[in-house]
Amino acid sequence: MDLLHWLDVPADWRRMPAHRRRRFVRESLGAYGFLLPTLVIIGVFHLFAIFFAVYISLHKWSILKESYVGLANYADLLRDPQFRHSLGVTLWYVVGTVPVGLVLALGVAVLLFRPIRGRGFYRTLFFLPYVTSLVAAAAVWQWMYNPDYGVLNLALTKLGLPPQRWLLEPQGVFQLALAPAGITLPAWAAGPSLALVCIIVMSIWSGLGFNVIVYLAGLGAIPKELQEAARVDGASEWGVFRHITVPLLSPTTFFLVIIATIRAFQAFNQIYVMAPNDPTTQTLTLFIFQTFYASSRAGYGAAAAMALFVILLLLTILQMRLGQERVSYGE
Amino acid sequence: MASERQVGRQSAEGKRGAPAPALARVGSPLGGILTHAFLLVAGLAVAFPFYWMLVTSLKTPAETTQLPPTLFPQTLTWDNYAEVWRAAPFARYFLNTVFIAGSVTLGVLVTAALAAHAFARMRFFGRQILFIALLATLMIPFEVLLIPDYILITRLHWEDTYLAMIVPWMANVFGIFLLRQFFLGIPGELWEAALLDGCGHLTYLFRVALPLARSGLSVVAIVTFLGSWNALLWPLVVVTRRPEIRPIQLGLATFTTEFGVYFHLVMAAATLTILPVVALFLLAQRQFVESIARSGVKG
Repeated sequence: MDLLHWLDVPADWRRMPAHRRRRFVRESLGAYGFLLPTLVIIGVFHLFAIFFAVYISLHKWSILKESYVGLANYADLLRDPQFRHSLGVTLWYVVGTVPVGLVLALGVAVLLFRPIRGRGFYRTLFFLPYVTSLVAAAAVWQWMYNPDYGVLNLALTKLGLPPQRWLLEPQGVFQLALAPAGITLPAWAAGPSLALVCIIVMSIWSGLGFNVIVYLAGLGAIPKELQEAARVDGASEWGVFRHITVPLLSPTTFFLVIIATIRAFQAFNQIYVMAPNDPTTQTLTLFIFQTFYASSRAGYGAAAAMALFVILLLLTILQMRLGQERVSYGE
Repeated sequence: MASERQVGRQSAEGKRGAPAPALARVGSPLGGILTHAFLLVAGLAVAFPFYWMLVTSLKTPAETTQLPPTLFPQTLTWDNYAEVWRAAPFARYFLNTVFIAGSVTLGVLVTAALAAHAFARMRFFGRQILFIALLATLMIPFEVLLIPDYILITRLHWEDTYLAMIVPWMANVFGIFLLRQFFLGIPGELWEAALLDGCGHLTYLFRVALPLARSGLSVVAIVTFLGSWNALLWPLVVVTRRPEIRPIQLGLATFTTEFGVYFHLVMAAATLTILPVVALFLLAQRQFVESIARSGVKG
């Protein structure tokens, strides 16, 4: 009975006349005809693939399958300094892109939401980087970051600051900032490399438009009456923003934090173009790619990919939990 | 609830101070100036990389590496574009990508429309389980599929073919959910009327549902096309021995590696790569923005 319900068979199946049963079967077959292309493609390249990925990760597998090794790949991952390092790099990347990106986007969206001149123009402009391919954008930023002829070093020298090596600088930014004072930090406190920060800045630039658009949609959904009532009661613009707009936007922010975090964990194109071989910019995605592509270690790479999957799942669950407690839906 | 409490607190504070004139919300002149100043600075920062790309692509090789760099080019030249055209088959890359992204988009529209109709208007065996299974695939990050899918492609002997770049992406769960939402929004009376007229599922889908779900179709088409046009990781893995079938992003990435020191050429190549998408975006801005906002919102 319960099973029938789960399989969407009509509850009175056993008592149904034969012609109605036949009709249900016929309609089911018809529906599967409609679903066939989707089921074949998603079934093979997504659903089967995920189980296949687990299977691969349990084997020593370079170009071809070699031998079953159980969880050895996973055990090796935990001991692999390169893997652990890539986790650290990924965390810096996420922490660098998500909060700054969202705060900037919120600021821009709030200003663009006002009835100002040139709104449409700005909206188009801020969105442009998002439709631009990351490969092309990364090539442009790489050129701006060029230590010899780049425009950023021109700006620094004009401001009387020392030129930087940008994407070619593997030193941590905290260390770089404190070096003139003669302070040497231990490796763990040196911070993300300047190269990684360069990639973070470029990624924020690239993703800003999407976040702005979603925030604008969120702002449009806030009832005007609340803000106006507060203004009539003498609240300052900042007070309205801080105590009405921000709390009422929390579902949007919550959504964007999840999306932006997941995307940050998966960033690949810009890092591949701007700094493919620098260990200080090797995020987990790059590690998976290099393990598989350059070193032809499919089994080990698949295990690393499963680790990424688990991290993303746990993060999503955690954020959902937190979200349920903290998010105000204004009701 | 929380917000209402805060509104209360705001008004209490407001009563203590002088009541603000209602007109203040139109914006004080200072606020307006600050708004414009902030947007202008941010806008310049966002626009600068595009300017720099374009300007570099029009500079002579000598001026590109001149110190200090020139913000405005002294001489403008189109030679870099001609040279890029000679140095790498960008026209071919471009056509490859039009073909790949076009096929993927068309495929997604067809498979998603069929599946969405089944989920919206048909009762069938195993419907809920399938729905949940498809929903679950949205959680799988692409990196996890990269290795098994590549091995599947090699078993099919599809390495270095267009098929490898097209077929795995011809169905898309996001598209199914979005179109299903649109189909569910069509009044049930239309479906019943179609049934009475002896209309079958396919006729209803193509004659009634799809024309009414045009904006949904354009969302799916734009998001799919853009994703396919800008994809790098998958082509990088499946196309290794046949440079002539490279899509444009892979062509550009390879070009950047090979000609990395010739910035005037790389910038011309980058301009060529983004030009079609930027042109499409400027022509159909509203649809683009709406589509991409929705793609995040997942229907």
